[in-house]
This record gives sequence, C-alpha cells and structure tokens, in this order.
Amino acid sequence: MKRAVEPRFLSAGAVEDAVACMCVEACTRPAPGLRSLLERARSGFPDGPGRKVLDLCLLNLDTAGETGLPLCQDTGTAVFFAEKGNLVVISGGTLDDAVHRGVARGYREGFLRKSLVGCPLERTPLEDNSPAVLHIREVEGDALRLRLLVKGAGSENGSVASMLPPLAGEDGVTAFVRDAVLERGAGACPPLFVGVGLGGDLELCSILAKEALLRPFGRPSGEPRLRRLEERILGEVNASGIGPQGFGGPVTALEVRVEACPCHMASLPVAVCLGCHAHRTAERVL
Amino acid sequence: MKRLDTRCGPGQLRELAAGGMILLSGPVLAFRDRAHRRMAEMLKRGDRLPFDLSGAAVFYAAPTPAPPGRVCGSVGPTTAMRMDPFTPPLVGAGVRIFIGKGPRSPRVSRLLAESGAVYLAAAGGVAALGGCRVERCGAAGWEDLGAEAVYSMVLRDYPVFVALDTRGGNIFGKGASVESPEPC
Repeated sequence: MKRAVEPRFLSAGAVEDAVACMCVEACTRPAPGLRSLLERARSGFPDGPGRKVLDLCLLNLDTAGETGLPLCQDTGTAVFFAEKGNLVVISGGTLDDAVHRGVARGYREGFLRKSLVGCPLERTPLEDNSPAVLHIREVEGDALRLRLLVKGAGSENGSVASMLPPLAGEDGVTAFVRDAVLERGAGACPPLFVGVGLGGDLELCSILAKEALLRPFGRPSGEPRLRRLEERILGEVNASGIGPQGFGGPVTALEVRVEACPCHMASLPVAVCLGCHAHRTAERVL
Repeated sequence: MKRLDTRCGPGQLRELAAGGMILLSGPVLAFRDRAHRRMAEMLKRGDRLPFDLSGAAVFYAAPTPAPPGRVCGSVGPTTAMRMDPFTPPLVGAGVRIFIGKGPRSPRVSRLLAESGAVYLAAAGGVAALGGCRVERCGAAGWEDLGAEAVYSMVLRDYPVFVALDTRGGNIFGKGASVESPEPC
C-alpha cells in the first residue's frame, strides 16, 4: 500500500456539510444495535413498570424510524471528537469554525431543539445549538474522522469526576462508579451506558469517560484487567435495583466501558459519564 | 389500559396508585427551569400570573420545533428533581398534576400527598412516541426564554406512570431519597 505523503486539501464547507448531516442523523436515526441491547434487557425482565419502560423505549425506536422525529426532545450538546490526519489541510476556514457552523445549520435545518444558553449565570438562550464541544487530535494519514455524541443534560447532570487515593484500586473505582449511579442514575434515563475514565488528570479522565460512550456496542475493553472491571461494575450497578427510569428491576445499565491512561503516581483521577438509553452517535470519515 | 383526563376531579386523582401505567389525555401547560423560577418570584411578590394554574396539569417539558406538516416535534419529560424547590408555590397556586421524570424529594412527596396532588413520571428518551401523542401544541408565553418558554399542549393517550400518589405511595425505590434544597 502506497503511503500518502502529499497534503490533502479538504474544504471547510465539506466539513460543515458533513457535520450538519451528522447532527440530524444522530438525533433522529435509531443507532443500529440498540434495539437488540434493549430486547436483551427486556427478555426475562419481571413484569411491572420497569418492563413497560423497556417496551416504550423499543416502540420509540420504531416511531422515530417512521416519523423522522428526534428520539429524545433533548437533542443536547453536540460533542465532537475529530481525528485529523497530519496531511489534511482544511481550506477556506478552520476546523473549529466548520464544526460550529455545521452544528448550527444541522440543528436549524433538522428542527432539533436549541438547548444552549450563552452565559451560564444569565441563562440567555442562544439562537442555534453552537458552539459544539470539540476535541481535536492529530493522527497520521490524509483523512479526517469525525465522531459525534449527542449528549442530553439529564444524563450529563449525573456525571462526575473525582480524585481517588492513588492506591484505591479496583475496589475504590468500583465503589465510586456504583455510588455515582446510585445517587444520580435514576434521573439520567436508565437503562444507562456508563463511561468510565481512569488516569490522566482532571480533564483527561473526563474526556476518556465521554469518549468511552462512543465505543461501538458489544465491544468490551481489549485490556483483560479493564474488561474484568467493566463486568464487575456492571454487576454492581445492576444489583442496585434502580431499573429503567428508576422504577426498579434487574437492569440499570446496558454496558459499562472503561478507558484508562497513565497518570501521576500520587493520584487516581476517575470520571463517570452517564449515557441515557437514547444513545445517539454518528461517524464520518472524510 | 387505564386512562385519565387532566381535567378530572380530586376523587379520580385519589384513586391513582403508584406503580400503575396510565394513558393521559387533555390540556397541560409545559414549562421548565427558568419559567418555574419566574413564576415562583411573581407568586412571592403577589403578582398575577399570565397563566391559569388553578386545577392545572404541569408538564416539565420543552419540545423540539415542529417540522412542516406536524403539530409538534418530539415531546418528553425533563428531570423533575430540579423543579422540587419551585413545587410548593405551584401547588399553592392550584396545580394538581405534575408530569416529569425521575425521583422527587421526600419534601415534595409529602406536600403532594397533603395537597391531593400527584406526580406522574413519563419515560424519558421516548420523545418521538411522545410527540405523536400530542394533539395540539403552541406557544403560551414567555418566548424570551427560548426553548424554556411556556407551551400549551393537548395530550392524547400519552403514556405515564403514577409515581407519587395522594397516599404517599412512591414508584421509586433506591436512588429516590435525596432531599431537595429549601423551597423558594
């Protein structure tokens, strides 16, 4: 295979177009694979309000597919992860501006809710749903990969980061995540996806926890130790009995995903990012 | 499936038992955080509200914009616990049905039971379905609040669960015992 060495020009307009499409797609198109996860949660779930919630979740996937309406009225904050090849040159503007403009257009043209306010203290509503939250990484190659997570506030409000003692280990991390879900999970629209970030520092563990929510369904960590931790946390979270929408039952989370990276010897940063059952993502490679 | 109209009398509200699913129809006022604060401040000052809350049903919600050809976009509940501090003045103004998602504080639970009011929990994140169970939807005021404005809606067979009933019954188990800040 010939390795690209020439710069590749990608217009800011093309990025904006892709971003606008991604916003509409993520909000309105049920994620492939979500149905089977919800159906698995429902099989064997005892009769009662929790099971009825799962029925409604499944029905909502059908309705969104038929009507093109957003799965959830909280079309959220648009969180983008961009991996920009080192040979990619964005022409006619910056990557930042292209993403923000694409979000503004996607939310306007797609009849998505504009949920952002300007000043967090004054709370003045913004005209469109920009700016996005944007994380850019440079990688090798001549492609631009964009991944979008649509993040509603109900689940984001249940998210938390903290600094554990450095030797807290699996026990400490498991207890922290379980308690976070116990305290705030019921209002975060369970059954949940639980993203956990370990290591780095205050902001990096939070980014890892959020990025974990973009991992494809049914793919546990490649690290045996983290995979065991994911299973253990999932077991404890589901033993909590919170259940769908907090109505009780054996399924509170559908998946737990742990990402880790190096950190200072004196700390163990940990972040928990809760994702609701209306899991909304999109991806494009340009 | 049990059905309820939001214009029902207090007797019908007293018959509701926590845990049951019902299909809700009738008019509701939909608003959320900022409208709550504004209402609570106006009520505290003794100002007259531009909305009639007497006997009203309040839905903690803000829909997506209606696409062409539809009466409304997606409709679903927002987290009710954030409205806990503003609930006492609304109950005082006559609201008898609250619709939202997630657990409430014990204080709100007691207040509702004492007042013959109920909290109905809708399933969050099922808003495409919810939008198809809304017959009419329009702006009712305070458009300066953007998406947090007040909307007037008419529901038809909107699925909800009786979460807090008039006898103190509670659908939520664990994760439901967090006390809210002092009422405003």
